[in-house]
Amino acid sequence: MQHTNKLSPFFENITFDRDDNELILNFGPQHPSAHGQLRLLLHLQQEQVVKAHPDIGYLHRGMEKMAENMIYNEFLPTTDRMDYIASSSNNYGFALAVEKLIDVDVPRRAQVIRMLLLEVNRLMSHLFWLATTALDIGAMTIFLYAFREREYLMDLIEDYCGARLTHAAIRIGGVPLDLPDNFMDDLKKFLDKLPQNMKDYEDLLDTNRIWLMRMEEVGTIPTEMALSWGCTGPMLRASGVNWDLRKEEPYELYSEIDFDVPVSDKGDNYARYKIYMEEMRQSAKILYQVIPMYYETTPELMAHAPQYISASKLDIMTQNYSLMQHFVLVTQGMRPPVGEVYVATESPKGELGFYINSQGGPYPYRLKMRAPSFWHTGVLTDLLPGHYIPDVVAIIGTTNIVFGEIDR
Amino acid sequence: MRAYSDKKDVQKKAYYTDRYWVAPTVPRQTVESDDVFAADLAAIKAKFTVLEAYIEVEQLVIVINPDDNFGVMKLMKEELQFEQLIEMAAVDWLARSNEFEIVVMMLSMAKRKRMRVKYTVAKDQAVESLNPLYRSADWAEREMYDMHGVKVNNHPYMKRILMPDDWQGHPLLKSYPLHGDEAAQWYEVDKIFGKEARDIIGPEIRDSAAIERYDTERFSRLGHEVPYGTDISEGEPDTPLAYQEEDGVFLIRKVHEDDSVEITDRDR
Repeated sequence: MQHTNKLSPFFENITFDRDDNELILNFGPQHPSAHGQLRLLLHLQQEQVVKAHPDIGYLHRGMEKMAENMIYNEFLPTTDRMDYIASSSNNYGFALAVEKLIDVDVPRRAQVIRMLLLEVNRLMSHLFWLATTALDIGAMTIFLYAFREREYLMDLIEDYCGARLTHAAIRIGGVPLDLPDNFMDDLKKFLDKLPQNMKDYEDLLDTNRIWLMRMEEVGTIPTEMALSWGCTGPMLRASGVNWDLRKEEPYELYSEIDFDVPVSDKGDNYARYKIYMEEMRQSAKILYQVIPMYYETTPELMAHAPQYISASKLDIMTQNYSLMQHFVLVTQGMRPPVGEVYVATESPKGELGFYINSQGGPYPYRLKMRAPSFWHTGVLTDLLPGHYIPDVVAIIGTTNIVFGEIDR
Repeated sequence: MRAYSDKKDVQKKAYYTDRYWVAPTVPRQTVESDDVFAADLAAIKAKFTVLEAYIEVEQLVIVINPDDNFGVMKLMKEELQFEQLIEMAAVDWLARSNEFEIVVMMLSMAKRKRMRVKYTVAKDQAVESLNPLYRSADWAEREMYDMHGVKVNNHPYMKRILMPDDWQGHPLLKSYPLHGDEAAQWYEVDKIFGKEARDIIGPEIRDSAAIERYDTERFSRLGHEVPYGTDISEGEPDTPLAYQEEDGVFLIRKVHEDDSVEITDRDR
């Protein structure tokens, strides 16, 4: 007897009475190259994909729902769990959106520290991308090399905030901590070594015949498809659109920094690889410029907005009114004004946006998180048909998707 | 009698609000204050009804009729250079006016401008799919349907996207509890063991902070330990705490408690 409500073997891979030769392949959700919990339903003719349906939701935790039931400061650590490869950039995206909503300006030292954290996170994310993609394609050595460098950066972040993966290192209105004494020296040591490391990676990959065969002319995203699917970040820049939010809608101190935005008109895996590599160099260039800026700032870390943001620890411990304010802000939460805001930042993966609808209460009425990976997974629907099975793995690799932020 | 609470919005509420407190508002600017937005708005107004338009935090917000959504987007894409549909979000206003507000975030790279197009639809009113214009609307509308139950016409592959296909209810509705509704409690039991196993297994506890008072299999009770699986619903057995095995400690032959010394100097 068939129990329709029970988990039963589902013979979708076997097609007995079909005229055509189409095979339906279930790729994932437990596939080492699926970068998390991606299930791809691939319709195959021989080894060629004719139709692809990415199926997501295996990591859905309902963060938008959680946001509606949490005060703003309480929700900030939850954003760590979106793109957990570069979690400070999520903290930052959320904090910036709330700051725009309540209209506060962040002190300059906090801005400098945020810039440092954001670019270190970008480097971490790109190194992780390089490592895992190379591993997917079979270049194990790169994996080990890139993880070695990423480990150094994780240690650096650990020195700053104590956490390695889920940092929660940015607060609404500033940053919680000043940099530890050794931070700049360690960062400089890393940056000085980075060009040699990058050269090592490129020596191993750029002329590697297997790498080129897997990357060149594979997974080509035309400009129209990239725009239409809402691709952003390196995915869009690899398809010939010069669009980087750090340049186009500068936030923090990016307008004071001299850096270049790499663009390619090829749109294939190799173009994306090249763009990630160049972005790492540009991140290093940004960091070199940000380091001296730190020493020109005064040591304020949090914005002064007593209605929304707690005073400094010193004030809380010595001033009666600051303590009362802090108590209200912690137990009841800040109440931003009634209104809506959509703020986008350039996370390592692309445009990370937060739409907040506030009705004047301590909980957001609606919070929508625009995660770049969501759309970069969606584009697989149109991108994969025509490619072969082994290309699928290489393409998923270069889209740099992270399931924490796809499923949210 | 239990106090009345509105089941249309079961999300968390502020537990205290000062009775004289008036929420401030995010300041809005008129559209005329920005030339680019004024030109865009004029172009849209020439063909469609715009119910409301203003600039809020540097972005133009327009409110249109829900039936015009495809036409307005087509105009925006083809004539106003809005290349990307960045995101769509539905906002649940069912408790207030039995309608959803749909917010579409648009980006024009040529003009470096962002715009939000909003329209409200009644609870069971379907909207036209924007998929022919922007492919990103495909997944955005699926998510909107999945999370809010907003119906979309002419969508190529309308199917839940984040929740399982056979899920009941739409999680982001204000009437949907944070820990899931009753159907959610039984979902995995039904799926894995079958409905007939409901009595044996019981509903899933979806509140991760919940502690069961009489469950001695999954919860230990510090200071009141009982052997694993003991039934303590009828009162608990006296479990004296013994800190040493009765026959002495393994490998230690002789212990004279009176001779033992408490070490206070760490460097001794």
